[in-house]
Amino acid sequence: MAPDDRAPTDRHKVVVEHLFKVFGGDAEETIRRAQAGEAKDRIYAETHSVAAVADISFSVDLGEIFVVMGLSGSGKSTLIRCLNRLIEPTRGRILLDGEDVLAMDAGALRRLRAHKLSMVFQHFALFPHKTVAENVEFGLKVRGMGAAERRDKALRALAQVGLEAYADVPPDNLSGGMQQRVGLARGLAVDPDIMLMDEPFSALDPLIRRDMQDELLALQSQLHMTILFITHDLHEALRIGDRIAIMKDGRFVQTGTPEEIVARPADDYVAAFTRDVDRGRVFRMGRLSRPAATVTLGDAPGEARRRCDDAAQAGIHVVDDDGFPLGIVPRADLDVLEDGGGELRALMRRNYPAARADQELIELYGACARGLPIAVLDAAGRLQGCVDPLRIFALLAGDAAAGMPACRSETAACEAAKEP
Amino acid sequence: MADRLSDFYTLPLDDWIEVVVKEWLVPNFRPAFQALQWPIDQLLGWLEDGLLWLPYPVFVAMVPLIAWRVAGTRVAIFALSAVLLLDLLGIWQETMITLSMIITAVAFCVMVGVPLGILAARSDRFAGLIRPVLDIMQTIPPFVYLVPIVMLFGVGIVPGVIATIIFALPPMIRLTNLGIRQVQSELVEAGLAFGASRRQLLFEIQIPLALRTIMAGLNQTLMLSLSMVVIAALIGAGGLGLTVFTGLGRLDIGRASLGGIGIVLLAILLDRITQALGEGGQAGRGSTKRSFRQLLFKGGRQHGTEDDS
Repeated sequence: MAPDDRAPTDRHKVVVEHLFKVFGGDAEETIRRAQAGEAKDRIYAETHSVAAVADISFSVDLGEIFVVMGLSGSGKSTLIRCLNRLIEPTRGRILLDGEDVLAMDAGALRRLRAHKLSMVFQHFALFPHKTVAENVEFGLKVRGMGAAERRDKALRALAQVGLEAYADVPPDNLSGGMQQRVGLARGLAVDPDIMLMDEPFSALDPLIRRDMQDELLALQSQLHMTILFITHDLHEALRIGDRIAIMKDGRFVQTGTPEEIVARPADDYVAAFTRDVDRGRVFRMGRLSRPAATVTLGDAPGEARRRCDDAAQAGIHVVDDDGFPLGIVPRADLDVLEDGGGELRALMRRNYPAARADQELIELYGACARGLPIAVLDAAGRLQGCVDPLRIFALLAGDAAAGMPACRSETAACEAAKEP
Repeated sequence: MADRLSDFYTLPLDDWIEVVVKEWLVPNFRPAFQALQWPIDQLLGWLEDGLLWLPYPVFVAMVPLIAWRVAGTRVAIFALSAVLLLDLLGIWQETMITLSMIITAVAFCVMVGVPLGILAARSDRFAGLIRPVLDIMQTIPPFVYLVPIVMLFGVGIVPGVIATIIFALPPMIRLTNLGIRQVQSELVEAGLAFGASRRQLLFEIQIPLALRTIMAGLNQTLMLSLSMVVIAALIGAGGLGLTVFTGLGRLDIGRASLGGIGIVLLAILLDRITQALGEGGQAGRGSTKRSFRQLLFKGGRQHGTEDDS
């Protein structure tokens, strides 16, 4: 993947530039070969060293969930460990809030880990000899916080994940899902700026996993942390990620929003993953929304018919002076009236299909069945745009052009529309 | 016809060693080794005086009580019988001397062995260096190093303790090293990820989680030092070993057996108690603080029921 082309700004919490991690052998030679684009297998066969992370660049914005998705051996766990230097990168630059992590000495690194970063592990990594509360307190204890204060913070963090009743129980007594909640609470207790999550839900049952994903999203909507999330499950990535990077053999194959990944897979590798994705759950109404043709009650039916035909819509929305929708008039009904005869009010149906921009398509199949354009409303309830039901089905059938904006700036616009 | 090299030439290694030890090591380093003796002498004297000063009834009450708290009812009953029997056999004083020797030797083994074990766990290089040394310590017969020990330290109970330390130290180092290396790497990562320093990592995570293995090492060290009791008597250490040794010298089978019985009783008692200590660290599964608290106030019940089942 090309280095991130977005201009660096204050919003960038994490910036990674041309990161390499080579295990074994001659690092320089391996990096040179990796830069020349040689395949991982060939490099290994000839040099007996592996570029687990090969020339990776990305940035994560404040409050964003950035998901790295890859199969086992793709280097994703190595990558996340490079960020807090549990694994020492071979080359490259890592900036957290503009600070160069690789230039830090041991003391500065420890302070960074204790104050700014926290981590959640795949197999929970709870300390079996400590109680749940003592586990959650760990990061604070390491900082040297007093016993009463850290207990207090730990209980608050446990309350956030709904486990305050289990504070004094050894973690082994809890179920897997509960243990990972403790892991999450341990991460939250230190009030991290940046949360590193290494396949946190992979070891859980599918139902529990879904609950945990929901819980993470709910927490994120309150806390607005910056999260780097690793997973091998594309569905999880699509559900959670604001942006997703697909990783293979130490490189990012594609980076983009969930919709971009599904609608326009960069190559066959990504396409193989996205093939069985339920598009109805990935795409949201905002993606398909376009400006709606509208009339007011004062307009003549003939005017309504003309505007409706211009927009090629199966119906036209009637709005009041402030832009709030009042109802819809189907195109077919407009033919009944002769020019100037009768009023729109008589034809208008007050029961019209409507949706919010952030709703998933799967929630709107019923609304599509009406055959009328679906009104897309903003947070206040004003008409923001409308969606033709046929375009929904075209998108579900895999027609990327149906819903895909052409370039990144439009993506940003769509994202803005998604979150009013 | 000569068919062996030794018919022409024998390597005089024995002479060399003798020269090195007698001409160089002893005259030059004797004071240093004597200084090494001092802390052992202090602890030993203090323990011996203390144990012999304590009135016998205190022992009859205390030892079974400790056994009960730590290891349960069965061991407590055994402890009571053992304490009574040792006195009835008339070897109480010897037992106390041996006990103070054992405790001193084990205390120094822990003081030296645990830090070395931690060092070995942290550095593969140090582990590689210390391994052959430990192999030699474990395989060389103690009789071989009794002579240089006598030359450097003289005879008496302190040299006996030093010989015991050399003999009993390896498992302490090995099992400390093993215990710390066996701590799950993800737990160590978690500690580091939250900003723990190496010292915090050691005391908060590695040692508590390795405690069970370390306690197994302590148990092994204890058993090995008990098996050195008689050999240490050869160079003037007193106690039960001396009883066995004099019995052997006079072909007094009864006296030798008394010493033997004393050693066995002491060994079983100490073994059961230290083993229960090690398992307590694991079975508690709470914080180490709590398991020690448990051990002091309510541990007896728990382990008692386990033993009875």
